[in-house]
Amino acid sequence: MTRDRFLSIALVSPSILAIAIFVYGFIGWSARVSTSAWQGLLPDFTWVGLSQYLELFADRRFQIDMRNTAMFTLLFLAACLLIGLGLAVLLDQRLKGEGLFRGIFLFPMAISFIVTGVAWRWLMNPATGTRITGLNLLFDSLGLDFLVNNWHTTDPPWGMAFIVIPAVWQMSGFTMALYLAGLRSIPEELREAAHVDGASGWQVYRHIVLPLLRPVTLSAVIILGHISLKVFDLIVAISGKDIRLDVPAIYMWTTTFDANNFARGAAIGMLMLLTVALLVVPYLSYSIRGEAEV
Amino acid sequence: MSLRAPVRVSLYFVLVLAALIYLLPIYLLLVTGLKSFAEVNLRTMWQLPSGFHLDNFVEALAKLGPYLRNSLLLAVPAALISAMLGSLNGYVFSKWKFRGSELIFPLILFGMFIPYQSILIPLVRFMQTIHLYGGIPGLILVHVIYGIPITTLIFRNYYATVPTEVLEAARMDGAGLLGIFRWVILPLSPPSFVVVLIWQFTSIWNEFLFAIILTNPAQWPITVALNNLAGSQIVEWNVQMAGALLAAVPTLLIYIFLGRYFMRGLMAGALKG
Repeated sequence: MTRDRFLSIALVSPSILAIAIFVYGFIGWSARVSTSAWQGLLPDFTWVGLSQYLELFADRRFQIDMRNTAMFTLLFLAACLLIGLGLAVLLDQRLKGEGLFRGIFLFPMAISFIVTGVAWRWLMNPATGTRITGLNLLFDSLGLDFLVNNWHTTDPPWGMAFIVIPAVWQMSGFTMALYLAGLRSIPEELREAAHVDGASGWQVYRHIVLPLLRPVTLSAVIILGHISLKVFDLIVAISGKDIRLDVPAIYMWTTTFDANNFARGAAIGMLMLLTVALLVVPYLSYSIRGEAEV
Repeated sequence: MSLRAPVRVSLYFVLVLAALIYLLPIYLLLVTGLKSFAEVNLRTMWQLPSGFHLDNFVEALAKLGPYLRNSLLLAVPAALISAMLGSLNGYVFSKWKFRGSELIFPLILFGMFIPYQSILIPLVRFMQTIHLYGGIPGLILVHVIYGIPITTLIFRNYYATVPTEVLEAARMDGAGLLGIFRWVILPLSPPSFVVVLIWQFTSIWNEFLFAIILTNPAQWPITVALNNLAGSQIVEWNVQMAGALLAAVPTLLIYIFLGRYFMRGLMAGALKG
């Protein structure tokens, strides 16, 4: 028995050690770099305190990044939740072909943000006149001229709002699946009892179903939120390094690996970690505690 | 309770419209890919091809072939190692809890949420120091390590549903930790192995940040090569689109044929809610 106890710990210790080094050790190392003066190829660990952070907050580019991230996150969350819930409620009506529709709404989850970006950079092509193409061309030939626009090349800050479209295309199916699973876990008797009491279909959703879906919404907000705070590949694939669509992840990449400003790159990484941790840590501890009570 | 006919028709109308919008980008990739070079024109982007031409795919494959191979050599071994590691970890964290394991597990889980920008600089330095920077083996190692949280979670949740009595019975018969794993747990595991293998293969195939930072051009996985192709002024847009479709095919096939298992991986990532 003690031999097995020893063996069990021996089996998981490589993984625990790997996480201890690659997650926590490296975070600590990044934190140290972010308080250093390291600019250039050779490490320079001269202590400069929090001055990298102070410079970032005063930096015009980082301010644009924060505004872009905030806009992207809010619109992305709102659209994914609304569309996901709407599609889930539609599919919950037990129509024929439900499986096919579910499959269609979900398939973008299986492909990469890079592929999505390549397709959408042509769909959202802003060219006009004789070079009109993509969705603008489609709108134009369908007589929907009023929808023709400059997409992500619209003047800041609104260009960022159009990057939300491909992101929602990719992730709203996931939200739908979460909500549909939530809807299906609500006992049928509960809804029928409400109907017997004279509640209309709408009232059943409004007063019984929606409140019961709150935990699903919480999960969705955490998952989608941590993805949107880290958004990177999609924007790179659509617009390269267009400064108008800059976000912290792209700033970190260019300042660290193109400009060798390691101290500033590390500070951006730490600030990203902080925002994600504010979102995820309460949720993780809540989930774990909930599990322990069951 | 059945819906009235007009309501049913309008529900279908909305669903079909939504489905068409979701399929639009794939339609564009497909019709563009299947056109001949002669009929490729930005103005006729939405029209169907005149026939079944493979010019674009042939050219895209010539450009991307080596990188598709890199991705395969990356994603298959990394997914296999991840699954084996996850299975052992999940077994211990669900059935052999030790003092502190309830504290360590959430600390491991946190690893799947972190923005990798917060570990990137040390990671690059570390990989250079151990001489694994630049190639596929190093990238496999990185994906296996950062895959530990999700694979451990999926296996742990699955093994938690195995009744303790079954384990007790095996123990009565003289089986130890490894015996129980070999004769009781592993035979029950194929479904969760499929879930984890699919999940890891798909995420690693689609990953971009580690790939672009940790590999040299000859070792680029497909996402990096495709992004490079798409940013090029020389490569025609029709070839870019055929290339995008090629890059998407492996994971799309998995989704089409093993969608049920793909979904379970997706849901596991949402924890328990």
